[in-house]
Amino acid sequence: MSMNRRELLKMIAAATGTAFVSANAMAYVTLPMKTVQETAFSKDDIAFFNEVGEVIIPRTDTPGAKDVNVGFMMAVIVTDCYTAPQQAAFKDGIAKIKALAKSTYGKDFLLLSNDERTSLLASLNDEADVFNTKAKLASKGVKDAEKPLPHGFTLIKQLTLFTFFTSKEGATKVLRYVAIPGRYDGELPYKKGDRAWAT
Amino acid sequence: MKNNHYDAIVVGSGISGGWAAKELTEKGLKVLMLERGRNIEHVKDYTNAHKEAWDYPHRGERTQEMIENYPVLKRDYPLNEPTLGMWTNEKDSPYVEEKRFDWFRGYHMGGRSLTWGRQSYRLNKEDFQANAKEGIAVDWPIRYEDVSPWYDYVERFAGISGSKDGLDVLPDGEYQTPMPLNCVEKDVAARIQKTFKGQRHLIPGRTSNMTEPKPKEGRTNCQYRNKCWLGCPFGGYFSTQSSTLPAAVKTGNLTVRPYSIVTEILYDKDKKRAKGVAVIDAETNETYEFTSKILFVNASSFNSTWLLMNSATDIWQGGLGSSSGELGHNVMDHHFRIGAHAMVEGYEDKYHYGRRPSGFYVPRFRNWGDDKRDYVRGFGYQGSASRQGWGRDVAEMGIGADLKNAISEPGSWQIGMTAFGEMLPDHSNRIFLDKTKRDKWGLPVLAMDVEIKDNEKRMRKDMMQDAIDIFEAAGMKNVQGYDADYFPGQGIHEMGTARMGRDPKTSVLNGNNQVWDALNVFVTDGACMTSASCVNPSLTYMALTARAADFAVEELKKGNL
Repeated sequence: MSMNRRELLKMIAAATGTAFVSANAMAYVTLPMKTVQETAFSKDDIAFFNEVGEVIIPRTDTPGAKDVNVGFMMAVIVTDCYTAPQQAAFKDGIAKIKALAKSTYGKDFLLLSNDERTSLLASLNDEADVFNTKAKLASKGVKDAEKPLPHGFTLIKQLTLFTFFTSKEGATKVLRYVAIPGRYDGELPYKKGDRAWAT
Repeated sequence: MKNNHYDAIVVGSGISGGWAAKELTEKGLKVLMLERGRNIEHVKDYTNAHKEAWDYPHRGERTQEMIENYPVLKRDYPLNEPTLGMWTNEKDSPYVEEKRFDWFRGYHMGGRSLTWGRQSYRLNKEDFQANAKEGIAVDWPIRYEDVSPWYDYVERFAGISGSKDGLDVLPDGEYQTPMPLNCVEKDVAARIQKTFKGQRHLIPGRTSNMTEPKPKEGRTNCQYRNKCWLGCPFGGYFSTQSSTLPAAVKTGNLTVRPYSIVTEILYDKDKKRAKGVAVIDAETNETYEFTSKILFVNASSFNSTWLLMNSATDIWQGGLGSSSGELGHNVMDHHFRIGAHAMVEGYEDKYHYGRRPSGFYVPRFRNWGDDKRDYVRGFGYQGSASRQGWGRDVAEMGIGADLKNAISEPGSWQIGMTAFGEMLPDHSNRIFLDKTKRDKWGLPVLAMDVEIKDNEKRMRKDMMQDAIDIFEAAGMKNVQGYDADYFPGQGIHEMGTARMGRDPKTSVLNGNNQVWDALNVFVTDGACMTSASCVNPSLTYMALTARAADFAVEELKKGNL
């Protein structure tokens, strides 16, 4: 680009005698990616989240939740971004899935068939809808920050959708993404079945 | 220091400081630009500019640690992973909230020119006269005609895209081709035109995102990535780094010194002029003095006033410019976070391509022409229409392949807009020094005592209802008004505190942005604003800065400064 970096640096150096500190301090902050060890969850937990996520967003002719490892990103976000009450609600939601598998089928969730898993989570999804609707009515007029948390399964579902569609595969193989569109067209022809833009 | 004398010193490197540096260096002055924060170099230091959501450890979301570190910033949208580090460290630089005030600052090269909203509108003739006509605060010492040629000048250089609409309420400028409205917005515009018989308009946003390249300045037109806040590697929008700084550097007349907190303007009471500035190095705490013939104070509205308050206190207890009794007073912002959204039926065979970093604008129509309300001044709307994405509420979809397929396709079209309202200058809305609290460098901090008053509160009723009426008139469905609550500062348009005026007894600056009590000191950022209008203010700072720089150099030539 047109700015002459060397010239600028020379001038700054001449004026100040100040050497620049590290390159990072000059830039936007870039944070390192997380590891499993940095989350509050184990590899087994993450594998479980992936299995749950796969029921919510299964592999079809395009990748599903397990393919993009939503479980890991769920663990990262619950660990780092969630408040303590949100973390508790999420964990409660997971515990509920495990307990419901036992009470309904007498088996671990991971040993259920696909149909059983789907039926179980669909019933939890219905329960969550009823719960959330009631909570919404009860908290009408209450400020957002003071509104009660949604049902634990809702958090799990939201996290699955978020971590799936913000993943590279979700954004580019399930949805559409163009890094540098170069132009804006506000009347792009669309036919049913065309995929949505990731953002 | 071997050489600590310059023709001019510019305090701050944001939108107005960059313009001051460009204009003064191009006119041949040797200029020192002082920036309190770190350097950020164009392109090279835009370290997140090519990142996608999946390249961030938290996909761009804020963490509890970030929330802990940014107790003010956390209150609104700017706190997120991609722009981390572009907001002032609140622990190093605290302030006091007598009343809640959300102050979103950027202490680094380029300031908030890297993270601004880019909407660029001119004040109109009425904006410069309303105070006088209505007996509010004081009269602007200048009129639209004084600024108009400078608007032309800065628009051409900065690169503003927009349509020419021939409206008195929103004067046309020197624009590149506008960014297009989409099919829904176009139809809504036509219906508004018809229903409101030419009294209300919906036009493309006027934005500093370019639609035509500027090869001479090494700038490419906008690539529709909508990642402006990460710094644009194409130079597609105006920032100090993309536009004014390279121009200033090219002259060979510019020296830039980062990590330089200006603590005081050195005042010569015999000559009634500033001699220079005192600086503390933000990293080493060493102190320096630099001298100059003239001084441009462009530290951002409140910090420019903070600097005046800390200067010449041996003569005026309240600091340089306080003899007016108005220094620190008449804080303004734009009150907003209110409007409406709606669903749009049809257009299912249409979609959009590209991420347009702008939208539509509905210019002010209240208290304009024959319209009279139970409040004065008015508001404009900014909004857009688009098809819903995967984040839409799909409760009925349940889980599984059906859900996945449904949200992999775009949803219905929706439309929304937010009103930006004018806030009146009020003496009781003020900032002041709180000497009981100090920042990391031992400097006194600002305290904020600002609130919206009855005029703004009455205006807000229209700001919501008119949005509802407009969408209903345009045939939108499920129209919902909203008021997300507003606290001063959230507009990130802080203005006033060192207003321009015609009388040194009631204003801090004269009609050329000179401090009455030190004519070689120019304040040309938002601090100078005598009233706020309802349009985004940065373009006006650019124009006033270029105008004041031209005046300053002429005065220097005449030997008056």
